[in-house]
Amino acid sequence: MKKLFLIGLKDLKLMFRDRAALTFMLLAPFLLTIGMGFVTGRFSGGSTGLSDIPVVIVNLDNNQLGDALVDVFNSEELADLMEPTASTDPEAARQLIESNEASAAIIIPKGFTESIIPSEGAMSNPNYTEPEAVQIEVYTNPSSPTSAGIVKAVVDEFISRVEEGRTSGMTSFVGLMQSGLVDPQNAESEAQDLFQNVDQTESSAIALRTDKEGPDAVEFDLLAYFAPGMALLFLMYTVSYGGRSILAERAGGTLPRLMISPTQVVQVLGGKVLGIFFMGTAQVGILILASAILFQVKWGDPLGIAALILAAVFGAAGWGMVITSLARTPAQVGSTGTAFMLIFGILGGSFISLEQFPPFMQTISKITPNAWGLDGFTTLALGGTLKNLTEPITALLIMGMFLFGVAVLIFNRNGLVQQ
Amino acid sequence: MDSILEVKDLVKNYGDFTAVKGISFDIKDGEIFSLLGPNGAGKTTTISMLSTLYTPTSGDATIGGHSISKDPMAVKQVIGVVPQEIALYEDLTARENLIFWGQMYGLSGKFLNNRVDEVLEQIGLVDKAKNQVKTYSGGMKRRVNIGVGLLHKPRLLFMDEPTVGIDPQSRRAILDTVKNLNQQGMTVLYTTHYMEEAEELSNRVGIIDHGELIAIGTQDELTKQVGHTDTLILHIGENEDSEALAESLKGLDGVLEAITVDHEVSIVTHQAEDVLATVVGAANERGIKIRSIDIREPNLEAVFLHLTGRALRD
Repeated sequence: MKKLFLIGLKDLKLMFRDRAALTFMLLAPFLLTIGMGFVTGRFSGGSTGLSDIPVVIVNLDNNQLGDALVDVFNSEELADLMEPTASTDPEAARQLIESNEASAAIIIPKGFTESIIPSEGAMSNPNYTEPEAVQIEVYTNPSSPTSAGIVKAVVDEFISRVEEGRTSGMTSFVGLMQSGLVDPQNAESEAQDLFQNVDQTESSAIALRTDKEGPDAVEFDLLAYFAPGMALLFLMYTVSYGGRSILAERAGGTLPRLMISPTQVVQVLGGKVLGIFFMGTAQVGILILASAILFQVKWGDPLGIAALILAAVFGAAGWGMVITSLARTPAQVGSTGTAFMLIFGILGGSFISLEQFPPFMQTISKITPNAWGLDGFTTLALGGTLKNLTEPITALLIMGMFLFGVAVLIFNRNGLVQQ
Repeated sequence: MDSILEVKDLVKNYGDFTAVKGISFDIKDGEIFSLLGPNGAGKTTTISMLSTLYTPTSGDATIGGHSISKDPMAVKQVIGVVPQEIALYEDLTARENLIFWGQMYGLSGKFLNNRVDEVLEQIGLVDKAKNQVKTYSGGMKRRVNIGVGLLHKPRLLFMDEPTVGIDPQSRRAILDTVKNLNQQGMTVLYTTHYMEEAEELSNRVGIIDHGELIAIGTQDELTKQVGHTDTLILHIGENEDSEALAESLKGLDGVLEAITVDHEVSIVTHQAEDVLATVVGAANERGIKIRSIDIREPNLEAVFLHLTGRALRD
């Protein structure tokens, strides 16, 4: 295990001494991210780069909170970002999603407000029981994950504010009653007053990149999409660079020398893979850290970021090993790796959002670590946490394990060095 | 004296091509044994099998009592290998290279650091230890390449043509290092196609050609095989037809063999003085200008020539 680690560490050290590789691994993605930032107006003030997200709202509640949510989507602050349309038929709204005419449908069920704010006279009824929670349905379009994610984030924020208001209202009210400050006979009207204010706090708290946004405001920074896009694009270069080093060591004699030393083949190969893993992790980690410090990109949950980086590097390293196992010379790995980098970059959404691809292309994109990685990074940028990353992380780990298995089979067949 | 290495009927095939054809030999503890042969004779393939890098097609060898086929990990602990190519990380310094390779041989901590210092001293690179290997001359790289093979103090050191492509000064340093190591008790298997190196270093020599070990013994034993012969070497001009001269000399009285390599014609004879006038006359007859003539006592070159009909450099 120690030798495996030492071989990996040695490769990481060599990477940091290779100026050409460093330029390609760190500087190029960084510059491209900056370029994307300028192209999309990220550095020229205010724009998220996304606009007029088509969203259908079915307000069956027709009461205070339902109306408040509709108001949020029709607010001036979201005017550029959202293009809401009203509907009365939930099925018709879902149909619009199926036919790809909208990114998301929000169905506010009947009784939503009453499930949170009891109606007048209800609490004085001796048989009053707290109504069951009624949930808002957000029906999202899988071909527009980013737009749908933004819509969902706005709704989630609204609900969380309502829930927060309700909880604090209840707590305060019970406290007032226990201290005798509220007469039980006036309890209902007092409670009504308290709950009436719940819906009035929402719209100001939900904002997208406004100057007035609060600490909990929902924000989607387009650089949080393009920066990982570029990092994942060049991650494919890094893994093929690592793979190339296996063949370069074979040609240069250091790999046979390793095999002659009292080191097991599995330690040598494992060490080289670990080296690729170290290099990829260092590259993406540095890019994320640099963009967070220099451009204040909000990447989201740090734990989720760390887990996603490791999973993405693992998946990409699997591809790197397969490319290496099929190649005969370092140059072949270099050219094939560059081709894969570009194809995966395009397919995986590093240049153009996957939402703009037809459905079959979106399905094909799932073979790339870029697509899964970007899915995860977008989820985190929209406020998701590690627990929301089960799908992309699992997919990346399965991808990596499968590809490593394939690479080992090919290496076994061809021999790591001439036998 | 005990044998540290015993090779028995070692064969290596690559498809239809047989690179090593059932060679057998042994190396005594504490000696320098040279495998002498031209390029492509099977020297590197033999060393690659003995160092457990390649699997033999058939046959086996034991090193320090361990079979290369059955117990390769134990063999690896006994041997040190200096490969023909410079197998180093050029972006690392000499010290970093030595530390890394020492770690691969299981060395660590203070012992490793001390050992690296000793080896740097031994190869004469203490002052340049912190420079990246890519900044070194070919000779310096060769010295680090050797140093890596010495780190774990192997009982048996394999050196595969360690002086290829370097300047005479570095070659001298390497040959002296080999002799010093041997004086300190290290057994050495040295492969070369330079007769002079084999003659200078070896206690015993194995002559290998086309994958076969065609002769083995001390230098005296080998030269006795060809009887008392001298080798007359004619150095002729670049534009002269050396092939034609060699052909014309072959039939002459007293000439045992005549071959040409580059701009030299080597003539094997029982007594050089007896044929000297005839040879010069034959050259004059063809208008070939002789620049100089060397007369050499029986040597390994003559042995190789006698056994194969070719020069080592062919």
